[in-house]
Amino acid sequence: MNKRISRTGRKKNRTLTAMAFPAALLLFLFSYVPIVGLVIAFKDFRYDKGFLGSDWIGFKNFEFFFKSNDAWVVLRNTIGLNFLFIAMTLLVSVMVALIMNEVRSRNMIKIVQTIMFFPYFMSWVVVGYLLYAYLHHDYGILNQILAFFGLHSVSWYANSQYWPFILTFMFVWKNAGYYSVIYYAGIIGIDDTYYEAAALDGASRWQMVWRITLPMIKSLLIVMTILQIGRIMYSDFGLFYNLTRDQGALYATTDVLDTYIYRALRVTGDIGIGSAVGCFQAVVGFILIMGSNLIVRKIDRDSALF
Amino acid sequence: MTKKKNHILSKSIVHIIFIAASLICILPLILVIGVSFTDENSLMMSGYHFIPKVFSLDAYKYVFTGATSVIRAYAVTIFVTAAGTFLHLLFMSMLAYALTREEVTARNKISLFVYIPVLFSGGLVPYYMLMTRYLHLKNTIWVLILVQLVSATNVLIMKNFFRNIPQSLIESARIDGSGEFRTFFSIVLPLSTPSLASIGLFVAIAYWNDWMTCSLYIETPKLHTLQYLLQSLMNNIGYLQANAGASHSMEQAILTLPSEGARMATCVLAIGPIIFLYPFLQKYFAKGLTIGAVKE
Repeated sequence: MNKRISRTGRKKNRTLTAMAFPAALLLFLFSYVPIVGLVIAFKDFRYDKGFLGSDWIGFKNFEFFFKSNDAWVVLRNTIGLNFLFIAMTLLVSVMVALIMNEVRSRNMIKIVQTIMFFPYFMSWVVVGYLLYAYLHHDYGILNQILAFFGLHSVSWYANSQYWPFILTFMFVWKNAGYYSVIYYAGIIGIDDTYYEAAALDGASRWQMVWRITLPMIKSLLIVMTILQIGRIMYSDFGLFYNLTRDQGALYATTDVLDTYIYRALRVTGDIGIGSAVGCFQAVVGFILIMGSNLIVRKIDRDSALF
Repeated sequence: MTKKKNHILSKSIVHIIFIAASLICILPLILVIGVSFTDENSLMMSGYHFIPKVFSLDAYKYVFTGATSVIRAYAVTIFVTAAGTFLHLLFMSMLAYALTREEVTARNKISLFVYIPVLFSGGLVPYYMLMTRYLHLKNTIWVLILVQLVSATNVLIMKNFFRNIPQSLIESARIDGSGEFRTFFSIVLPLSTPSLASIGLFVAIAYWNDWMTCSLYIETPKLHTLQYLLQSLMNNIGYLQANAGASHSMEQAILTLPSEGARMATCVLAIGPIIFLYPFLQKYFAKGLTIGAVKE
């Protein structure tokens, strides 16, 4: 009897494991093989010699990047802009979620959520067009407004100093709706009895926000933020590429690791440099993700990735 | 009395904030739609406006009859989105189901295998070399589908809802002689349809909005997707402007390339399906966000 169960068990094991096979094969091919491919970061890659035949050059590719003027600019932009994005999105989406919580009309919440969530589903190409309609030098809305007030028009796509604000604004514009839905879900999960008790004690709405709502969603906010900080080395490539229309004049404030790697691959053809920068990004990214996960585990075990 | 006044005041502040936020979210879209319906000469004279000064359908006529291959791009995009979403859901749900079954002895190892790439990846360059030099996937429609087939996050979400299916149902199917595959396809999957639909919508949007895969791996114009076509339109005119130095070369650009209105019309066509479906699908989106949040 026992033997029979174990035999059918083994058969089940085989069939069920087979179910995982297609996905595992895809993962192996498209996720694991490229990791092995990282060795080209340590090679002087040449198309004629190929992947295995190219000469080993140690850390030369890394040295080239870190000794160039680009390294500082690219790293500053990547980390600085991501910090701006994370902080402003947190601020705006928490405020939206808190205001939603003050509204009693379910219909109104639904309408506002629907509208605010909408930009999240636009591609960055489309968002690039929307922004272009505002920033176009001759026809754009912003220069029309400047002209209305008798001010000189601005060549938005040629002056890099405006772009940290523009990019942050667009990032928040696209993502705040998404995060506010998550935070609002956290807020409505708070037990009503806290508010009832506070109301009996004569607390104002404002006090309830500071003493009940925010402390109750504190760990959710911290966890979401730390998880984003864990990915601070990675940028939303579509945002940087499409919104700036890849204008060289804007690189000073908009060039990030991902756009740098893309250009190394597709424009300048520096395969070695591109993969070295990618390797650096992956290693530092790994350390940050592991570190942030460790912190998240301490705060709220269930929210940790692993 | 003052309390009531206060209440009305705060209520109207909330309304004003919401109206302002909604306008910020929706105005750019209205602007692009407005421009796409504006007469080209009026655009050149007075710039972009939210409401067309001179109404015209010329831009759309140009897009559909002109040299641009919008219709072809639509067909490619729809095929990639449909096939990609279907295969993504199929493979990911099969994997997630296997990971929830006790009988699978290797399930911890498989889980680890799935999550490692989330933490560490080879990056764009080795990936690109693999796709183009070794797998020869350049200029095939499969590359557009393959790139987004795997998502560890979706496996995690699916695992959570498969766990909620009562074991007794699976047991009774087995007693009735149903094989594992049959149980999965005729009991487990139908029970998970609402959750699968939510995930599927996010996957479909990701396929629809993907422009990078096409820009990296596709050179033959007949396989261009809608988003890539849109991006090329922007880049072409940008290229002309950069060469001529200033925006004075606009007239020259208009002669050889789609006009301003036609570009905005293409943009509207690229978001069109999402705009139309969005109000109906919105409830699934919100749901899709929160099913991932519930862990046991």
